[in-house]
Order: sequence, then C-alpha cells, then structure tokens
Amino acid sequence: MVKITKPAQAGTVESNDIMVTVAPAESGSGIVVELTSPVIKKYGKQICAVIEKTAKDCGIQDALVNANDKGALDCTIEARVKTAIARACAGEAK
Amino acid sequence: MLNKAGREIPSVIPGLGEVKLYNGAFGTIPTGRMVGPKIALNKPRSEKLVKSIDQVIDAAGLKDGMTISFHHHFRNGDYVLNMVMEAIARKGIKDLTLAPSSLSNVHEAIIPYMDEGVITAVETSGARGKLGKYFTEGRLKKPVIIRSHGGRARAIECGELKIDVAFIGAPACDTYGNINGISGKSACGSMGYAIVDAEHADKVVAITDNLVPHPLFPISIPQTNVDFIVEVDSIGDPKGIASGALRISKDPRELKIAEYAAAVIEYSGQFKEGYSAQLGSGGASLAVAQFMKEKMIAEGITGSFGVGGITTPFVNMLEEGLFKMMYDVQDFDIPSIESIRKNANHIEMSASYYANPHNRGPIVNNLDFVILSATEVDVNFNVNVITDSNGVMMGASGGHCDTAAGAGVSIVVAPLLRGRLPMVLDKVQTIVTPGETVDVIVTERGVAVNPNRKDLIDNLKCANLPLMNIEDLQKIAYDLAGKPEDIPVTDEIVGVVEYRDGTIIDVIRKPV
Amino acid sequence: MARMRRSMMFVPGNNPGMLINAGIYGADTIIFCVEDAVSVYEKDAARQLVANAIRNIKYPCEVAVRINHISTPYGRDDLAVILPAKPDMIRLPKAETAADILDVDEIITAAEKKCGFEAGSIKMMAAIETCKGIMNAYEIASASPRMEALAIGGEDYLADLRTSRTTHGDEFLAARSQIVVAARAAGIQAIDTVYSDINNEEGFRNEITRIKELGFDGKSVINPRQIKIVHDVFAPTQKEIDHAERVLKAYEEALAKGSGVISLNGKMIDGPIVARAERALAYADALGMRKGAK
Repeated sequence: MVKITKPAQAGTVESNDIMVTVAPAESGSGIVVELTSPVIKKYGKQICAVIEKTAKDCGIQDALVNANDKGALDCTIEARVKTAIARACAGEAK
Repeated sequence: MLNKAGREIPSVIPGLGEVKLYNGAFGTIPTGRMVGPKIALNKPRSEKLVKSIDQVIDAAGLKDGMTISFHHHFRNGDYVLNMVMEAIARKGIKDLTLAPSSLSNVHEAIIPYMDEGVITAVETSGARGKLGKYFTEGRLKKPVIIRSHGGRARAIECGELKIDVAFIGAPACDTYGNINGISGKSACGSMGYAIVDAEHADKVVAITDNLVPHPLFPISIPQTNVDFIVEVDSIGDPKGIASGALRISKDPRELKIAEYAAAVIEYSGQFKEGYSAQLGSGGASLAVAQFMKEKMIAEGITGSFGVGGITTPFVNMLEEGLFKMMYDVQDFDIPSIESIRKNANHIEMSASYYANPHNRGPIVNNLDFVILSATEVDVNFNVNVITDSNGVMMGASGGHCDTAAGAGVSIVVAPLLRGRLPMVLDKVQTIVTPGETVDVIVTERGVAVNPNRKDLIDNLKCANLPLMNIEDLQKIAYDLAGKPEDIPVTDEIVGVVEYRDGTIIDVIRKPV
Repeated sequence: MARMRRSMMFVPGNNPGMLINAGIYGADTIIFCVEDAVSVYEKDAARQLVANAIRNIKYPCEVAVRINHISTPYGRDDLAVILPAKPDMIRLPKAETAADILDVDEIITAAEKKCGFEAGSIKMMAAIETCKGIMNAYEIASASPRMEALAIGGEDYLADLRTSRTTHGDEFLAARSQIVVAARAAGIQAIDTVYSDINNEEGFRNEITRIKELGFDGKSVINPRQIKIVHDVFAPTQKEIDHAERVLKAYEEALAKGSGVISLNGKMIDGPIVARAERALAYADALGMRKGAK
C-alpha cells in the first residue's frame, strides 16, 4: 500500500487535458473524486471510474482527488492521475 | 407517434396544439395560398416619420397577444430588438409572440421581459448562451418554435407565422421608407431575411440611424412595404455587426477536414464548368473555399453562382472571376458588405428566394454543393445543430436543412471528436436536418457517404480519401472516447424543431 | 523495401490534444518528444502521457519517441516508462558515439525480453547534433541492427560549429554530406533537420529540394502544414512513374523468363535501379498519384 503524504498536481486546463490534484485523506475514506467537466452528463461516471481505478492500481487506498476536466480521453486521465500520485508520494519513496 | 425521421412526437403538443409530423423531405404536399398584409390607404405626401419608438408602437397599434418580428443581420451588434422590447415593456403590453429571424447573445437583455410575461412565445431560428438555457429550462409559456431560414419564409408567406408588426433595423432609410443595408455607419449588407417580413407584416416599422432624403437607391425594401419610420442615434454596434475579413483557418485539423471536403467535391462527378456552391462560415467550411479555389484554377473550371452567408473567401472568388455571381441573404464580414455595395454580380436575395420550399423554386434547388457544419451527426446521417452535449439549445437551424435538401451533394464537415465528445452518435440529441438529405460526412479521421448515394460512393473511390462506413467512423470515435451516456430528459417539451415544410421533425425535451 | 520516411513530425509529448490528433495529418512517422519540447518539471508527466497515448490510440503511421539523452537524469526513466508501451522506434538525440547507441540498444533488448516483445522489433534512430557526432557518424549509424536512420539536429550542431542559419544553407553542407554518406554506407536512411519558419513555404520547399538532391530520404517537420509540402517535393513526376512502371515490368518479365540480364530500351537494369523504381512507385501510391493502380 502506498500512502499520499502531501498534495500534488498534474495536468493542465488546456482543452483535451485534465488537471488532477491529489491530497491525503483519512484512512478508510477511500478514493473521493470531485469532478468538474463539460462532459459530465455523458462521461462523468466513466471519468470517476478511471480516476478511482488508476489510483487503486497505484496502490492508493485513500485520497481526495480534485479533477478539473477539459474533455480529456481516458488515456490522458490515467496518465495525469499516475503522475499526480507519483508526485504526491515522491518524498515517501526514499 | 413516430415521425418519418424515427422520432417519437406527440400529435398534440401543450401550448401549440395539434402538429403535423415530418413525413420525409418532400413527403408533405402543401395546400392553400400565400397570404398578404392588410391593405391600407396612403395619401400623397403622407408623413411616415414618427418621433420615437414609444409613439410608433402606438401608431402601429401593437396590442396584447400580437406577434412582432425582427431580423438578425446585425448579429451580435444589434441594438434594435432590445430597444424596441424595452419600450414595449414600459407600455405594459403583454403576451407577445417574438418572431425574430434569429437571436444572438446580445438579446439576453430581454430575458426579464419574458419573466414579466411581455413575451410568452418565441419563434426563431435558434438561440445560444443565456437565452438558449432559458428556453431549455422551459420558462416560456409555450415551447419555442425553431424554424430554418427557408421554413420561416414559408411560414410567413403561407400565413402560419402572421406578423402583426415588423420592426426593421435600416442602415439607410429615406423619408418615405425605402431601405437598404449597404450604406451608413451600421451597414450590414444584404437585408435578405427582413424582406419577407416587410412584404407580409400588417405594419412595418423602419428604425434607422441614417435617415436620408428621398429617394434612396438602391432599394432593398421599398417604400410600398413601410408604414412608419423612426430615427434613433444608433441601431447597432459596427464591431458586432460584421467582423474584419474572415480568414482561412490555420488550425491543421480544420485544414485536414477541409482538404478532404474539397476532394469530395472534386471527385463527386458534379465538379464541372458552371457548378454552384454554398460554403459555410465556420472554420473548416471556410477553409474549403481555399482548396476549391486552387482546384478551380488548376482545372480551369468556373462556377455559375455561389450562395450564402457571404464571406471574404467567397467574395475573392467572385472578384477573380471564379464564380459569375453571388446570391446573398446575409453578410458576415466587412469585405462582403463592400462587395455587395460595389459589385453588380453580388446580388441580394430574400429568405424566400433563398430557401422557401413552397414557392416556385428557391435558389437552393439549383445548388450543386453545400458545405455544412454539425454539432452531432448519427449513423443515420441525421444532423443536430441546435442542442449541445447537455441537451441545451446553443445553436441555430439557419439554412442547414434547406440547403441539404436542395443541393445535389450536401457535405457535412466536423471534427470526429470535440474534446472528448464523439461527433458520430447512435442518435443525435435533436434532429434538425434529416439524414435522407445528407450525402457525405467528412471528418479528419474518415469520410462516410450516405449508402443511398451509390453514385457518389463509386465516384469517390479514386479520390485517395479515407472512405468508410458511418458505423466504422463511429467506432473510431467510440474507441477513442468511449460510448457516451444518454442525456436524461423529462417529458416536458420546451421546443419544437420544424422541418422546412412546417412539419415537426423533432422536439426538444427539458433535460433532467 | 525500407519504410518510407519522407516526413517525420515532432509532437510535443505533454500536450494531450496534439498527441490524440498526431496521426491524422499523413506524416510517415510521428515522433513524440519528451526531450526539448518538455520542461524539466514535466518530464515525468510527459512520459506517462506518451506511453498511454501509444497504448491506447491507433496511429496509422510509424510512432517514434524522442527520449532525453541517456546521460541525462531523464533518459533511463523515459525508456523505463515508454518501452513497455511498445513504440515502433526510439530516437536518441545528441548521439556522439557508438557507445550511446549500444547503451540504449541494451536497455531496449532487456525491455523487449521482459515485455515479451519480439527481439529487435523496436527500432532506433539517432540525431547527430555535434561536430564530434558528425565525425563518428558511420560508427553511430552502424552500431546496432536496430538503427534505421540518422538525422541532423540542426540548431545545436550550428552552435557547436560556431555558425548560424543562412538562407542558402551552406552551413549544413559538411554535416549533411557526411550524414548521408555515413547512413548510406551503413545501409540506413538519412533524415534532414527541421525548418522552423513555418510560414515561409518557398524557403521550405527550396530546402527540401536541396536535401532530396543531396540524397536524403526525408525531413523532420514541426507543423502538420509542412507534411504535404515535403511529400509534394518527394513526389515522382509522371515521367518518373511511367519509367518506374516500365522498369518493374521489364524486371518481372525477366524474372519470369529466368533471364539473367535485364534491359529496358537497351539499357541495363540492375538492383539499385529496380529499388529506385520501387521507391518512386511507393511515393506515387502514397499520394494517390496512380489512379486505378493495385
């Protein structure tokens, strides 16, 4: 299990991108996603699912994820979440 | 009941009563006669000038429950509609039907008058921004009626849309009511949409910031149509009326789409001496003009006429002799306005001449090609240009379905993905133009030809284009973006989309 | 026949919109850049983005990745993240010695094994950007069987040479000549540097014409609008197409007859001429110039 120790961010607010901010959350709180997106009605569930799955695949149990989506595809969302988590855990790995 | 476009439409719609359902692009035979305005006596040397908008509202006899019209040539620079509505509201007149040829963002200033019940019904081409949202929320008493430009001309000429008072913003108007759009500080070029209103409204009011001595020439709207004239300081903001020369896109994706669309035209079998075309004003469709120009020069082909929605690239082709003439219902930029002013082959036309399906033949019937944009298309080639990915009104019907029905080859250009949104869906949210009138869909990742057009499919085979089934095109989009969820809607109908012949092709339901 | 690489388009690796659309412009190769196009603070983000794009988007062309040099703090991480996504090619910038190529080759070999990819399936190319690299061009070109092409990285090279860009291009004469000869001697392709004034179509066209005459196989491009121009210049004329068709016909007929000596209109046809004819027809087909062919 990997633990997020500090907030970190990845991505931009350019179109086709997503700005992902991850922050520590209390143990047991799970992955909580706050999503803003112009396509929330058509893809909101899918975006949240990708964020959650990516975080769990990175070994994260608890995190607060704020996602400001600008029409990113799943592969972009996954990359941004991975990067944000790697940055949030950067100190811990050492 | 299911209409012929496959949409479930109630035969009675609250607020509108019984409606005719879409029955195919040419499946409804019209009956009846064209209608005219009330006749009137105008004595020699009568005074048409009225001091103020307040007074002209009285003089025109505007009363509760009437229908008023405006034209949208001033686009987002229009002052007239807001100015008149403010005066009407002050007088306490209620329950009006507002029937402008289209609405722009600037008109969101009239939302309070809708809240107050001054306006309770709207019939127009479309709405965006706050107005689109307002209509989609169902806050008007009646569902909004969306008509194409040709459909509106038809509705006026057959009496379905009976205008009591038409208010016409006049860039130049003489003291006896002759109007044109080509001179004055608020010049807008063609007055095409207003011509129909002026011919059929019971009372016609010219509002001008450029009153000139009689007689004005050339004449777009003649004195025989005009009852009253009001002079005001300004009828529009020139910056909002027309942009500087519209330029060809440098967006590489739009250029790619345009390159494919131009190849579709070139290899369609109809690209020959004397051909005719309408090009849109959007990024990709504008860029098509550039590629067409190169091909026409390379192959020594000249066109007979162009239709628009006129823009600089089109004007340039006229000036270079690549087209013999332009039929113009509206101008989008300053060089186009200059062109209609000075070029005898650049001709103003009315919305009826442009696209009314029930006159003796509009110019769209003679079109070989039209390039159209789209918000969404579906696997049945239906096109939506009116509602966005949230089901909210954000566009206008315009001449979309008119030109698609009229043109020999109708080509829809759009990116396959907008952000994450796929453009080719199972079903578009709202049908504006039925798939039976759409021939080719051009995207940056593939070109799909309507299976009904076997001739085109054969001709395009040697065009080095990424031809594919519409289903395959959709699959590319869905593979990238995933399958979108449907937008949940309520049963409440907030808008109806009339096909150009007056039948209902689709309705807009209020999203949850 | 070697793969066509008339146009190799750079795409900034940290821009999702550009990555998604990179395949639609008809470039023979797209090169996702995590080197100069990405700031040091975004290297981690860009390599994730590029790896995911390669995994998830079907590109209709060759996909290469320009990594950071193996001696920088980023090069090895770039390879670690990107190789498992299986790009078609890795482009090493600032190659100076055969050892640079061998280092990368070794990492690729290990990754291929670990990921279960076919050995040797991930190709390499190198950009030479220094005078030392130019002097070692043949060694670099022939260092690994993965090597498919040599390129010039223009600006760094000119700085190293202590000169700058001119309109006539003489400043590149030594490097271009050396690279094209080294590449040919090693049996691989030669790719020219970028032309950054994207609005100067005439200058761009002239430069492509020149490098085509020098023997280059293609050009690096930085904007989709440049692709068509490159392909135009590399396009064979109708006369060349006709000739190529006749050459191949004569060649096939001779093969069918089992005759050893092949000639067309009294001229001998040998291997290089057949290869050239094949190349001309490949260029023609890519542009749809031979209607009804195939």
